Order: sequence, then C-alpha cells, then structure tokens
Amino acid sequence: MQQVFKRPQSLKDVQTHFCPGCNHGTIHRLVADALDLFGVQQTTIGVASVGCSVFLYGYFDVDVVEAPHGRAPAVATGVKRARPDRFVFTYQGDGDLAAIGTSEIIHAANRGEDITVIFVNNTTYGMTGGQMAPTTLVGQKTSTSPYGRNKAKDGSPIRMAELLAQLGGVAFSARVAVDSPKHLMDAKKQIREAFRFQVEGKGFSFVEVLSSCPTNWGVTPLEGNARVGAEMIPYFPLGIFKNQGNP
Amino acid sequence: MARIEIDESRCKGCGICTIACPKKLITLCDKVNIQGYTPAEALNQEQCTGCALCAEICPDVAIIVFK
Repeated sequence: MQQVFKRPQSLKDVQTHFCPGCNHGTIHRLVADALDLFGVQQTTIGVASVGCSVFLYGYFDVDVVEAPHGRAPAVATGVKRARPDRFVFTYQGDGDLAAIGTSEIIHAANRGEDITVIFVNNTTYGMTGGQMAPTTLVGQKTSTSPYGRNKAKDGSPIRMAELLAQLGGVAFSARVAVDSPKHLMDAKKQIREAFRFQVEGKGFSFVEVLSSCPTNWGVTPLEGNARVGAEMIPYFPLGIFKNQGNP
Repeated sequence: MARIEIDESRCKGCGICTIACPKKLITLCDKVNIQGYTPAEALNQEQCTGCALCAEICPDVAIIVFK
C-alpha cells in the first residue's frame, strides 16, 4: 500500500485562515499541484492581490510579491520583464481583478505579457464583508445591495473570461469551477494547461475559477457549492474561450 | 485495499468530502476538534476504492489517501 494522494510540495503545511468550505483552499492546492507538475517551485514568483487571497505568501512555498489593490498584473509585468527566466503568476479575487484592477488586467492581457492569472470569482467582496462586486449576480443580496442587485441601476455581472478572450494578446482563457468532483478534475486540467502556456513561452494565460463564499452568502458550505452549480454556472458558463496553443 | 487518513485537527467540518465520496463513507462526527469544528471521520473504510475525490476537493488538504 502506497500513498497516492499527499499535500503538494509547493503548499506549506500550515492551517489556512479561510472559512470552512471556502473554495480558496481547493484552488490553492490545484495551483500548487500545477507548480509541482512543471517543477517550477524554485523559479516561481507569485503576485498576491488584496482580499482573502492576500495571505498566499503564507501558504505557497514560493517567492511572493504583494501588490497594491488590483495592481497584481502590473506588478507581475515588471517582475516578468526583469526576470524573464522566472515563472510568474498572479492570484486575484473578483473585487480585486474585476473592479479596482480592471484597467491593469485588461492592459496586461492586451500587451500579451507572458504571465498566468488565476482569477477567483465568488460574486462578492469576501474579506471586507460581502459587498457587491462587478460579478455579483442580478438579484443577489449583499451588504451593499440589500434588495438584490438591480440590473437597471447596477448593470449586469462582468464575464471576465469572455471579455479577455477577445483581446489579441491573450493566448488562453478558460472558466472552471470546483463545486463538484467532476468540475474539479476539469479545473485541475485547465490550470495545468494555463501554466503550460507560460512554461512554453506562449503568452498570457487566464483561468477564472468559480468559487463559493459561504460566510458572505449566508449559507452552509454544501449549500454554497450547490449555488455555484445552480446559479453561477448558468450565467458564467464553463469552458475554454480561447486556446492559441492548439489551433 | 485502500484507506484514507483525515487530519482531525486541520479539518474545519465543512462536510464537502461527505458528498464527494461516491460510496458515502465519510460523515461528520460529534466530537469537537481543537479549532472548535466537528471534523469528518471515515469509520468504515472496507469499501474505500482509493479514488481520492474526498482529498482532491478538501479545501484544507486534511485528507491523505493510501492505495
């Protein structure tokens, strides 16, 4: 009998601060797993964002730069241009990437910077108390939309994976989820694929991961995962929106 | 024969593994762990196939699998 599943080497053996059932932990493991697969742990520089993902320097056993709110793709651009031999990834939430950092992500993607962006979309600002984010679903109640998001007043949620896929500099753009074992296995595959693009120097790669936020949604962890499948996936369809590696 | 080991002190009792297991072998126990959560346990593992889906989906990487 041998051990067939163990903690990835790139993930420190520490307790995370995430709430029970938060998908961040699962996504952290998938990213660490991909780092191990390509053997880039020693040459990786991660760029952390602001939000619940801010503490990733405490969880990943790689070098990490902490970027100002929303500026992770700009910081990653500088890191990659100064050290092109390094593997550079950013890990950002939706309040960070799709709100305050919209300008940075769009221009970094459009320039085709050779970095990988992991975008965790949980339709709310997790760390600051569950405020409405650009990705909040229409009708969803948050602390700043107590009557539900109003489409006429607040607009519709942004679909970042589709938006970025239109840009010339983007080589790979996909959306995945980790709410069920089936979706999780696909997420693992697409995160590896996105990392492969950078390892082979093929350009900007982007993976949006749908996640639950049980605490701010006011549901149990199991109800949270069920909501990802029932409400988020119909609006944020899973799939690969651009793949220039296999034309 | 396969088996899993759950790190009780690391588990936050979210219960996601209980529905990920195809054989439904994992349940939440009544004991409270050091963090104040009721951790998952798998008492009857004869039917475990070592598919590792519970470990794959665990947000706290609290499960290791042997096969």
